[in-house]
Amino acid sequence: MSSRVLILDPLKCTGCRICELACSYISRKSFNPAISRIRVITWFEKGISIPIYCQQCDPAPCLEVCPTGALYRDSETGVILWNKDKCIGCKACIAICPFGAIFYDPKEKLITKCDMCNGKPLCVELCPTGALSYEEALRIIDVKRREAASKFYELITKLTIVGK
Amino acid sequence: MVGGYVGKILRVNLTKQKASIHEISKEWMVKYIGGEGFAARILYTEVPKGTDPLSPNNKLIIMTGPLTGTLAPSSGRYLVAFKSPLTGIWGVGHIGGHWGPELKFAGFDGIIIEGRAEKPVYLWIHDGDVEFRDAGHIWGKLVPETENIIREETDPEAKVLSIGPAGEKLVKISTIISECSRAGGRGGAGAVMGSKNLKAIAVRGTGGIDVAYPDKFYDIVKEMHEKIRQNPVTGQALPKYGTAVLVNIINQHGIFPTRNFQTGVFPGADKISGETLAEKYLVMRRACAFCPIGCGRFTVVPSGPYTVITEGPEYETIWALGASCGVDNLEAIAKANYLCNIYGLETISTGATIATAMEAFERGYITTKETDGTELRFGNADAMIAMVERIAKREGIGDLLAEGSKVFAEKVSHPEISMNVKGLELPAYDPRGVKGHGLAYATSNRGGCHLRAYMISPEILGIPKKLDRFKENEEKIEMVKYLQDLFAAINSLVLCIFTVFALEPKDYASMLSSATGIEFTDKEFIRVGERIYNLQRLFLVREGITSKDDRLPARLEKEPMPEGPAKGHIVPIERMLPKYYRIRGWDEDGKPTKEKLEELELVSL
Repeated sequence: MSSRVLILDPLKCTGCRICELACSYISRKSFNPAISRIRVITWFEKGISIPIYCQQCDPAPCLEVCPTGALYRDSETGVILWNKDKCIGCKACIAICPFGAIFYDPKEKLITKCDMCNGKPLCVELCPTGALSYEEALRIIDVKRREAASKFYELITKLTIVGK
Repeated sequence: MVGGYVGKILRVNLTKQKASIHEISKEWMVKYIGGEGFAARILYTEVPKGTDPLSPNNKLIIMTGPLTGTLAPSSGRYLVAFKSPLTGIWGVGHIGGHWGPELKFAGFDGIIIEGRAEKPVYLWIHDGDVEFRDAGHIWGKLVPETENIIREETDPEAKVLSIGPAGEKLVKISTIISECSRAGGRGGAGAVMGSKNLKAIAVRGTGGIDVAYPDKFYDIVKEMHEKIRQNPVTGQALPKYGTAVLVNIINQHGIFPTRNFQTGVFPGADKISGETLAEKYLVMRRACAFCPIGCGRFTVVPSGPYTVITEGPEYETIWALGASCGVDNLEAIAKANYLCNIYGLETISTGATIATAMEAFERGYITTKETDGTELRFGNADAMIAMVERIAKREGIGDLLAEGSKVFAEKVSHPEISMNVKGLELPAYDPRGVKGHGLAYATSNRGGCHLRAYMISPEILGIPKKLDRFKENEEKIEMVKYLQDLFAAINSLVLCIFTVFALEPKDYASMLSSATGIEFTDKEFIRVGERIYNLQRLFLVREGITSKDDRLPARLEKEPMPEGPAKGHIVPIERMLPKYYRIRGWDEDGKPTKEKLEELELVSL
């Protein structure tokens, strides 16, 4: 099973919301944040933006609450997918999702959620700053660990040079 | 089908508290595209000669374009157009942030606001519905608080444009703000809104924008995103340092207007540069909706007398509140920028007007008696900040400065110290070292403005080609006309003008064609721009503008630059104007000829 994850670096997000339109284009050929499966929340006074999207939780509350098995996990990629034909529109998944990342299209009267674009998420491809990335979880953790260690490294280098 | 547009313009009559809807005709789409094109068409036919800009008869037109809210790069912008209370002519401002696309998602390409509400109101527009809401409880409030209250009362995801106390008090250099810090509407857009008793407009929508050929459109815009990423200006300089990357560049060319255009060299430039901003104060980059460039800055001054958390300051603001006033303290500039945003003041005219007052003070035309004891000298950062607040509140001398630099300078009997064209304060480039830019100032349809033809691009940056900045030859005059037409066309799409560093006319034309399904060649695209530019000019001519108004302040036409790389130069506008008029197809008085109007299909107006 692939362990690639969609990961956010919030310090790189400029709040441009290109991801929202990339998503609505790839799913519906329309430009409409309201049907996008990734939505950016911005605090304008503080200059902070956080995109919200499905975390592909495991165990996933939405899977457990879905009464018809319309939501299921792809055994190969680990991505939670959705079968329209089995969905009865009860919205239990929306109610239980801790991230507010299962969305609802009022026009089509259907739920909608991130399907990782078959392994090539367009939001990641068009993100201009690299705030969104889609990589192996282990690799991301490697990078983060090295970044954290580097701060100590710089500090210790400074101290030893000053000490000499 | 025609794509890109919603197809509807909302008309709101504040006097009658009624709203109606116009369908947009295909003829308009072909002739004017959208944005500034539609706004110019509406303002010209609906706001007759001599209309008092602050009367109910003036109209405030808010407009998006067919590319607004799509994946076309930097498509998050919208514009406000009106007859300007500062200049008495065509007033316009393009605003970033997220409000414009949201209007389209809510079901409208634009809004025409007319009349005057009896009491303060705000509009709440959501998915095709319009509500007039009482704004008595938010009248007088600062912009951030206004936005927060309205979001609480409507929808937490609503986007809000509003005016601050400056607009309410009809300050002629006030502006409209959305998302706390995205400003627009030089020439007093805030005052026009204030005169209509309209505090704010909140929008939220769940509709989408469909384009005519989605896959083709997507392939094209993806290539455009790549072009923007690869371009050194839009892919590196602007993302890294913001627009303030220009501070050092412009100062090194000796054209950074200092102490009210008394020289073009500012010794403190590096202290207020984009590099210094990035190094010391930048905490986050910010972008308007759907913009891959992200030139916005989020800045923190963590301690001291100028402690502030704010978006900005950008290049023009750093200049206006900085070098223009002789201030080299970036923390003070950031603080003053924040105050302009929360009160709803336009930073260029505010800084330039304070600079004019500082020159008046230093020359003894006003004294501490008029300034209530303030030593209003160049370089006095605290005096600059104090003046921002007094202008916003119309307190003391602020009441006179609120009328703009031209009225102030006339009032103190020294009109020559106001650095304006047609009443609008000049921005952050001294044209004595960039002569084409001088012609662009002189012939801009909204008065002293750098955004109708950004000649800095060819004259300093070498885009699309390098022109000798000190020459005033035919090639350069043609370039002014070309950029004015191109910019007018881009302003009808509506895309951010910064895209022009990376994209060519055929790029815009192909995005427009695949989005709308109406075929435009690059030539047709620019021709629409020419039509729009002439239509705006007709508005000016009708208000009495002639060739004698297409001039720069005497300081720039007659007094040679005293020092630096542009030393000894003036702008010979008199020599350039006749050639410009001829290239434009205007008569010697600056009026579009009948033949030109026939050629542009504007005769019926």
